[in-house]
Amino acid sequence: MHTTKLTARAAKRLPSIIVRRVSFDEVAVAKADRKWQRRWNSAVVEPPPAGGHLPSIATSEILRTTRDGALRTPGLTFSDEDASGSSSTIIGGRETRKMNVYQAVRDAMSIALSKDDSAVVFGEDVAFGGVFRCTMGLSEEFGRERVFNTPLTEQGIAGFGIGMALMGHTAIAEIQFADYIYPAFDQLVNEAAKIRYRSGGQYNVGGLTIRTPTMSVGHGGLYHSQSPEGFFMGASGLKLVIPRSPIQAKGLLLRSIRDPNPVIFMEPKILYRSAVEQVPVDDYELPLGKAEVLVPGSDLTVLTWGTPVYHCETALHMLNSPSPALEGVIPKSLRSAKVELIDLRSILPWDVETITESVKRTGRLVIVHEAGMTAGVGAEIAAEVQKRCFLKLNAPVKRVTGWDTPVALQYEKFHIPDAIRVLDAMVETLQY
Amino acid sequence: MASLARLRLSRTLPLRGVRTIQTSADTTQLHTTAPTDPAEPFTVKLDAESFRSYKCDGPELEVEVTKNQLLTMYRQMQLMRRMEMAADALYKAKLIRGFCHLAIGQEAVSVGLEHGIVPNDRVITAYRCHPFAVLRGGTVAGVLGELLGRKSGMSNGKGGSMHIFTPSFFGGNGIVGAQVPVGAGVAFAQKYMGEQNATFALYGDGASNQGQVFEAYNMAKLWNLPTIFVCENNKYGMGTSAERSSANTEYFKRGDTIPGLQVNGMDIIASLQAVRYARNWAVNEQKGPLLLEFVTYRYGGHSMSDPGTTYRTREEVQRMRSTQDPIRGLQRYIEEWGLATEQELKQLDKDAKAEVDAAVAEAKASPEPDVADLWTDIYFKGTEPPSMRGREREEVCFVSYIRGSSGN
Ligand SMILES: Cc1ncc(C[n+]2csc(CCOP(=O)(O)OP(=O)(O)O)c2C)c(N)n1
Ligand SMILES: [Mg+2]
Repeated sequence: MHTTKLTARAAKRLPSIIVRRVSFDEVAVAKADRKWQRRWNSAVVEPPPAGGHLPSIATSEILRTTRDGALRTPGLTFSDEDASGSSSTIIGGRETRKMNVYQAVRDAMSIALSKDDSAVVFGEDVAFGGVFRCTMGLSEEFGRERVFNTPLTEQGIAGFGIGMALMGHTAIAEIQFADYIYPAFDQLVNEAAKIRYRSGGQYNVGGLTIRTPTMSVGHGGLYHSQSPEGFFMGASGLKLVIPRSPIQAKGLLLRSIRDPNPVIFMEPKILYRSAVEQVPVDDYELPLGKAEVLVPGSDLTVLTWGTPVYHCETALHMLNSPSPALEGVIPKSLRSAKVELIDLRSILPWDVETITESVKRTGRLVIVHEAGMTAGVGAEIAAEVQKRCFLKLNAPVKRVTGWDTPVALQYEKFHIPDAIRVLDAMVETLQY
Repeated sequence: MASLARLRLSRTLPLRGVRTIQTSADTTQLHTTAPTDPAEPFTVKLDAESFRSYKCDGPELEVEVTKNQLLTMYRQMQLMRRMEMAADALYKAKLIRGFCHLAIGQEAVSVGLEHGIVPNDRVITAYRCHPFAVLRGGTVAGVLGELLGRKSGMSNGKGGSMHIFTPSFFGGNGIVGAQVPVGAGVAFAQKYMGEQNATFALYGDGASNQGQVFEAYNMAKLWNLPTIFVCENNKYGMGTSAERSSANTEYFKRGDTIPGLQVNGMDIIASLQAVRYARNWAVNEQKGPLLLEFVTYRYGGHSMSDPGTTYRTREEVQRMRSTQDPIRGLQRYIEEWGLATEQELKQLDKDAKAEVDAAVAEAKASPEPDVADLWTDIYFKGTEPPSMRGREREEVCFVSYIRGSSGN
């Protein structure tokens, strides 16, 4: 078994024969399913009411809404790129299209399916487009033998994907909600993560990618709002990625699918529709294991991933130009503070270099995540940062997280860290 | 790839000629004339196609019922349907948030089950749980309060639609399939304690494919537990029809060495008879587990965001509603057998509606849970870690403080 993925065959686009002829019945069903999905989704990812917890997503400066901005995304490499080409010639001929996160995820899978004929996509209801529409139309385009529904069987889905990957296939599996990944936990942590090691390198499941919607929507309750990334952080052998936007989702997902290790790819569900960018239409990748500095600064580092990226951005604005209601609680001396905002993107492995380099410059770190505090991802990062940056730290590392409680039906938006809690932590850390 | 394609094609061909159970709601016949004493038992005869059995003889077609019982069943089925309709309206008014699954159309299963068991039997199911919660000792107001996330809810507003419990009803479980081995464990405890009771572990046609279900079958059979596995086959799991999810859609035969019974789950008298049979099997005859499959139908969508008319035809839903409705079926029996007049039944409908309306008002009037209650019930009172972290700037809200402030 070698680690090379089937991307060798990538160059050849599959002929359209691969699109199996579908009967009228199936078309009708698929259409109907699509309609159903549309309604379904509109309720599932319905944004919170005005005054809710995402005031800035529509206007976020982090989102790249122009073609030029999109093509200048740091670290972006087109898969057909000639390494010697200058960036201007590369940008010259590239198209972008307006997409939200679920469209970008779908686009990535469509590219993977068309360039790699061993690639298959499967999961509960994915042939109908999936609960969040990420696989919309893929089964019509690539055939039901490549994009198919599984029974309700998360452990089975993970194990099945592992088996396919052992045979050198590219297996792209969906777990319908991250909350349902626990039945698959054993397969992922004991089988997928360890197979290379325990076979002395003879076998691997590099072809396996598990996609799953994560984080809260504001009113999901106990089994639709969890952020389980921390549970996988110690599972060496796995990689774990959480994108923040459409461009990031497409590039990181394509890289995850092609990475020669099993990757868990968690998609923040509230961003599926609300985060919109111009996304390059060609096949491109973004690197795993690399954090991205979104806003440079010198006085405080704020580190986060997924949905809270936008709350942190809002908090930065609040600190620099507080509304009249907030003016009284934000000392004037702090309003010119330069805060560095970093998106971790890869949880496993995480980018120790970028984070510690930043903290050594700023001397202060606030970590924000939706999962609970105890043994959350922030705990690991805080421990490592204190070790590596001990003499440079001007304040204790601060964590802003969900509570160490189950996510109750009520008060979910207070459970999940919002801009005010981030702001409060920034003020406290800056004043320490 | 080509061979895989062939394989899938052959799998999707519909199965023809398989005998299917009959699901009409009104084919039971009066055997003797109904007595005038409402508490006096009389016998009715079920249609011969009401059951299909596997490795067991199955129940008699003659069923003993009383007028009182049939009228109670009627009233309860109406109450369940009205409650679910009220939940639907509250959801549409955006007063209920989150996830909400209704059991409209499946009333003959929940009410039939309740009438075939005794209070100390135990029941556990997945998220489609509202009727069981009421029938097993809860209240309509308690269920609606929970859906609304109010303090008066049966889980104090902390759980929501999928998380409702009573002392003999173990919920209300959102992780599909997880409740089934739990049900086997409950049954083991009953047996160990020498209780003359059984546990009914319910799951759907979709959930039936979870590995845990088969693990539970094996344990229950291996240890001869009084576990009745109950598959509520409403023909769809979300938008996926049973044929698309299950290699064997004869769910009553999936227990291997566990005998099974397929039941017309739209005729409440057949449901009742099947449950009595199962209970007798496990408790009196101590023959271990049995697998009941109720063939039933959900009229609405999977959850509130699914209109439920896209992966199945409107005609299909309409046909089930108009010809096989369990409430109308029982209504016909009651009228034809001269047990009550249409007028009297109308009064029962009105009573059910009034009860639900009052419950809605009561639930709405209840406040939201106390903020402090959000971090209670995680550990046994008094043994908590000193604080549940994550909430506050400096974790000022310690458990001791909470205890002090809500010590009532
Ligand atoms: C472990 C797990 N996986 C997926 C889901 C999402 N889900 C909720 S209900 C459902 C369909 C279940 O269908 P079925 O068992 O037939 O029950 P029904 O809804 O028909 O009552 C799915 C896929 C879940 N709740 N838990
Ligand atoms: Mg079902």
